Amino acid sequence: MESVKQKVLALNGDEAVAYAVKQSDVDVVAAYPITPQTIIVERFSEYVANGEVDTEFICVESEHSALSACLTASAVGARAFTATASAGLALMHEILYVTSGCRAPVVMAVVNRALSAPINIHCDHSDSMVERDCGWIQIYAENSQEAYDSIIQAFRIAENPKIMLPVMVGLDGFTLSHTLENVHVLPDETVRKFVGTRQFPLVTTHTGKEAPLRLDVENPMTIGPLDLPDYYFEHKRQQEEAMRNAPEIIKKIHDEYAEISGRRYGNGLLDPYKLEDAEIAVICVGSTAGTVKTVVDNLRNQGVKAGLLRIRTFRPLPVDGIRKALEKVKAVAVMDRSMSFGGHGGAIFHEVRHVLYDASNHPYIVNYIYGLGGRDTSPNQIRKIYNDLQKIVETGRVETPVQFVGLRE
Amino acid sequence: MKTEKKGWKEIPIAGVCWKPSTEYLTGDWKTYKPVRDPEKCKLCLLCVIFCPDGAIHWKPEENDLEFDYNFCKGCGICANECPFKAIEMKL
Amino acid sequence: MFSEWKFTIREIAEKPDLFMSGHRACAGCGPATVIRLVLKAVRGPTIVTCATGCMEVVSTIYPYTAWATPWIHTAFENVAANASGIEAAIKVLKRKGRIKQHIDVIAFAGDGGTYDIGIQALSGAVERGHDFLYVLYDNEAYMNTGIQRSGGTPHGAATTTSPAGTVIPGKPQYKKPIADIMVAHDIPYVATASPYYWKDLITKARKGLEVEGPAFLHVIAPCPRGWRYDTSKSIEISRLAVETCIFPLWESINGEYQLSAPSKTIALKPERKKPVEEYLKTQGRFRHLFTPKFKGVIEEIQRITDKRWQRLLKKCGIN
Repeated sequence: MESVKQKVLALNGDEAVAYAVKQSDVDVVAAYPITPQTIIVERFSEYVANGEVDTEFICVESEHSALSACLTASAVGARAFTATASAGLALMHEILYVTSGCRAPVVMAVVNRALSAPINIHCDHSDSMVERDCGWIQIYAENSQEAYDSIIQAFRIAENPKIMLPVMVGLDGFTLSHTLENVHVLPDETVRKFVGTRQFPLVTTHTGKEAPLRLDVENPMTIGPLDLPDYYFEHKRQQEEAMRNAPEIIKKIHDEYAEISGRRYGNGLLDPYKLEDAEIAVICVGSTAGTVKTVVDNLRNQGVKAGLLRIRTFRPLPVDGIRKALEKVKAVAVMDRSMSFGGHGGAIFHEVRHVLYDASNHPYIVNYIYGLGGRDTSPNQIRKIYNDLQKIVETGRVETPVQFVGLRE
Repeated sequence: MKTEKKGWKEIPIAGVCWKPSTEYLTGDWKTYKPVRDPEKCKLCLLCVIFCPDGAIHWKPEENDLEFDYNFCKGCGICANECPFKAIEMKL
Repeated sequence: MFSEWKFTIREIAEKPDLFMSGHRACAGCGPATVIRLVLKAVRGPTIVTCATGCMEVVSTIYPYTAWATPWIHTAFENVAANASGIEAAIKVLKRKGRIKQHIDVIAFAGDGGTYDIGIQALSGAVERGHDFLYVLYDNEAYMNTGIQRSGGTPHGAATTTSPAGTVIPGKPQYKKPIADIMVAHDIPYVATASPYYWKDLITKARKGLEVEGPAFLHVIAPCPRGWRYDTSKSIEISRLAVETCIFPLWESINGEYQLSAPSKTIALKPERKKPVEEYLKTQGRFRHLFTPKFKGVIEEIQRITDKRWQRLLKKCGIN
């Protein structure tokens, strides 16, 4: 397979996102600065100031307004992008649901950061994990290269007429957002061609006409009405259908992108590493996967059958894929970088465990909460997790299903 | 008023409305209805302007106006504002 | 700055209603008339966005809509941000040739969505200078949720969260001078209007659309349910608000205040200024003030009305 010639730029994760947005023919960007997302809006402001993009950039007065403006811009037919983190995402919470409910294909970068209090600007996944039910597709990047690639793919995914859902791409605060990396970037024209122009599914309006879904003066329509018990449920079911349509389309778009770029992240949904014959495996999202891979390599050198399953697309959850990937695994450790207080483990643990309930083979499954508020997680700590898994397989006993990594007692 | 309920596959996405409000008649809300005395009416059209429901139509081709009782909720603004006392609210 | 748009009542009556019949506003709804009339001022293709509130709820009970224009509602506190996004999208899509004609943008919100929960988004949007008309239909409380007090509720008015008690006679605070706050943002056009003065209202709405940049139109919109009066009196009360100078009519064009005709007449002939009592006595929300115990509140309302009126006259260069 012949991929196109690509430039290599030294970019941090935020810059890689801004660069992808610059290339994706985005019409409206509305954003509000918050650490560690600021570099995205700063770089993009420079593109605007230097005439490198034909984009309306709205420097809004809050994240709530950022998403509100993106939502209506998208409803008019514009391609819209925003970026945020932590408290910013929490402030958007209300509008996250409105955006997916209005079927506005907004794309957002979430530079994952802890939630207050106490206030902390460093990485964990509390901000986006809590939003997993808001009707947005969620992709978590492992490195800046993937952040770049995922943003470009996200526009295609969001705007697919069978999906029409907003997409958030998560990248780890500081670990990715502020760390320079060699990022291969596609030529502008290639990206522009890949993302194409926005598509609009047809809807029947109050005039009885079929019209493309957008606020168009030629075909007036009402978006965002008052929905009573007689129809609200049906509208929610439609959103669920879009989520069900998404996995196949995400995989297809990921394949198409791989053809051009030569880069793959598993099948676009799940990115397994040395999992085929693994007996013990870690599951995680985001940049931690890089550290886990190093540990897996070391263990493999020692003859331990260790593997990794990185969940790239967390929403929709690749249910069948997870079940299949863990078919032969004997013990699984899910690493969660967020708390579900009082919920017996973290969000990913809950979901993976729930998926495995219907599996023919039930591996042991344990949970490790790690890295809250930017706490570093070392290879040694991950090795310890694999050691625990080995012990579980040997003894057939799980002593502590939910543990904390790197926490002082 | 009876409306057929559709399934989730049959309705447009994004909550787009598929019926104009003009198919929803509000005329049965009223107790009193406005009755105009054509003798007193000078066709000043203030009633058309002030009606919250757009239920009084000016018909230029007939040089006359018409009360649309399908929508009139019987608020009585037209009668109250008529400078010529040409409208009376009747049971 | 403005076109010399002249219109007759017949022309207005002939213009189709963009806010259509069959909406489910209460009988005698003041805001419904306000919205009908504002939409008579449109000069071409227009996109409307609405904050959560009475007019949003009554006009779009799914699957029905009363809006003949493209229309979107998203939430309560963000209508100005919504307008920002719409305006920005129109601008860029025009530049890229995907929208061909000029499109105006109108945002409607009630007092809750403007004075209170929406003021941040509003302040931000006008500071950024988006070209849109913001229409505040002010029915002076959260009517949609059952008549709770807002920053727009006047002093002494009884609401369900500022009830007329035996100790506290209705809302203790004063109405926030929202239109002056908007003038202080140094935007090109701010005006107040009343549906009784329908021609003035429509003219101002048109000016707000014509002006380049943000325009703010503050319209008094009486509510029979919340203000406790007979449904036939909405327009009459909107006249009394002006005649008592409780709600004077004025414009600020590029920061220059000027009185509009109905209020100017009163400024020139002060004997025509009616006592506030004539306005207050028409509404049940002020009924408790007409008891001996709280008589002083009426005097206080008169005092504050006079003070604000004199301040306005000074701004308009009338002494």
